[in-house]
Amino acid sequence: MLVETESETAKLKPAVGQPEGAPVVLEGLTRQFGSTRALDGFDLRIAPGEFVALLGPSGCGKTTALRALAGFERPDRGRVLVDGVDVSAIPAQRRDMGMVFQSYSLFPNMSARDNVAFGLQLRKQRASARRKRAEELLELVGLSEHVGKYPHQLSGGQQQRVALARALAIEPRVLLLDEPLSALDAKVRADLRDQIRDLQRRLAITTVFVTHDQEEALSMADRVCVMSKGRSEQIATPSELYSQPTTAFVAEFVGVSSRVNVTRSGDSVIVFGTPVKVRGGLASLGTGDLDALLRPEDVDVRVAHDGMGIVVHRSFLGGTTRLEVGIGGETVRADVMSSVADTFELGTRVDLSVNARDVLVTEQRPLI
Amino acid sequence: MASLTVEDFTTSEPSVDPYSSGRARRRRIHWGRGVVLVLGFAYFVVPLYAALDFALQNIQGGFSFSPLTQIAGQPGFGSAIWLSTELAVVTMALTMALMVPTTIYVHLRMPRFRRFMEVITVLPIVIPPIVLVIGVLQASPLWLKSTPYLLALVYVVLAMPFAYRSLDAGLGALDLKTLVEASRSLGASWIATIWRVLVPNLRTALVSASVLTLALVFGEFTVASLDNWTTLPVWIANSSTNNPHVATAVAMIALLATALVLTVIVSLDRSQSRRSRRS
Repeated sequence: MLVETESETAKLKPAVGQPEGAPVVLEGLTRQFGSTRALDGFDLRIAPGEFVALLGPSGCGKTTALRALAGFERPDRGRVLVDGVDVSAIPAQRRDMGMVFQSYSLFPNMSARDNVAFGLQLRKQRASARRKRAEELLELVGLSEHVGKYPHQLSGGQQQRVALARALAIEPRVLLLDEPLSALDAKVRADLRDQIRDLQRRLAITTVFVTHDQEEALSMADRVCVMSKGRSEQIATPSELYSQPTTAFVAEFVGVSSRVNVTRSGDSVIVFGTPVKVRGGLASLGTGDLDALLRPEDVDVRVAHDGMGIVVHRSFLGGTTRLEVGIGGETVRADVMSSVADTFELGTRVDLSVNARDVLVTEQRPLI
Repeated sequence: MASLTVEDFTTSEPSVDPYSSGRARRRRIHWGRGVVLVLGFAYFVVPLYAALDFALQNIQGGFSFSPLTQIAGQPGFGSAIWLSTELAVVTMALTMALMVPTTIYVHLRMPRFRRFMEVITVLPIVIPPIVLVIGVLQASPLWLKSTPYLLALVYVVLAMPFAYRSLDAGLGALDLKTLVEASRSLGASWIATIWRVLVPNLRTALVSASVLTLALVFGEFTVASLDNWTTLPVWIANSSTNNPHVATAVAMIALLATALVLTVIVSLDRSQSRRSRRS
């Protein structure tokens, strides 16, 4: 899905500082494992200094894509370009990419300082210089008190921060993060998420982050690439991805969507008795039955004694309350302000309408 | 042994008073265990004591340290010790150089091959050494047969089961794939990865593999004897006909020395790894 032009890529420069990271292009990557196709012509362009998240369910190929970029996986077809140079044939140890892994990857026989200095030692830096640099980096990730500790003396969050410092020590052209937060508990995860994002901005380093957690992807990345079955479904900024999903998969994987059966009416579709514009038009869709995918905040609810819908479930979410409304054999989720939620008792008859400019329409799922 | 019955080990006997019967039972079980322990201890210690007693006798049968003092002066003793030491070093070096990369490769790239490797590496134990050495002597070229290093090559094969098993267990305890990939992403070559990341974390496995190899080389008789090299065990066997007291004294010293080396290596490893082992 190479939709962006060069000028569009250039616009995506980081907000702070000059970009030091390298531009990365993945072109038509294909990788087959036995009968499974982990990558199926995967394309991605990343601007220098950009933070891109690869998001998708397990088995969608996101980790394989990252490993192909790192040099741990050789694609059957396609190219990996870093700074305009094809690195497909270059082994992992000469790609200059810092990587943080999902499982704890610190060398158990080395202290935190020696772990961070390892890459510098391989680059023949003098002992005093690499020691100083390692301590600086550990200070940067807030671990200056733990420089002499061994991995088994550090908590999970601290270990991942040492791993981050170690990856940054070699001044990599690209930083690769393979679900680095998934083994940590919620509080540590949120702190580390902010810390990674902050560091990435300050260093303006091109970063690829693999995750199955949409909250992580949406809150951290400049752009998110949603993947499914080895291909990218949509590459967009977090807000665009949420408000303008281009495929049913994205609409249902990112955030919450309700499927509602709709009928055609010229260029529009009839949703809850009212015509609504179709995002991207109807031309690309077949002649079968259609569904609209609606976000809970795109649906308005109004009490009506002769209404078509009935409130069947209500859950309090804080500022808003989510209603589930049964209508024509389907269930539609809609958010209302919690202050007025009391008017929607279970069993209340309601009318629904769409308050969005346009809706995403897709062919109906085949009945299984 | 006659007084030991099945009941000593079972707790099925019904009783009215559960507390006192439980105590009685426990006492009986402990008593049964004690007997087994004493028997086991005797099984190991009696021959050792007999050997020691024999080693410290003069020709007339009286107590004497003379067999010990005579050892150094015995013809061929020095060269036998030297040859065995040399063979042990060469065997250990070759075994490690072969088995460390092989085991790592199998773990990383061919995990399904591990079961097959287990079977293959047992073969040197299953095949009698006499069969092995006759085959080797038939097949090997003359220039190799004229050096003791043919013996080292055979020992590498004999040591393989121990080396593979130790390394296999050591690698199984590491997150090998992640460590290797972390090291390589930081710019380390394969050799640097093995030498600086994996070997230090496999220390315990390497130590036990080396100790077992050492013990094997210092104890192996059949192959060395048939290949006509006077290693320490061959020397002991030869001189036991001329001077059995001295030969037994050497055997005892070899045993003690091996035990000492083992203790030193194991305690060194323990004190080092206490610092850096994973919790």
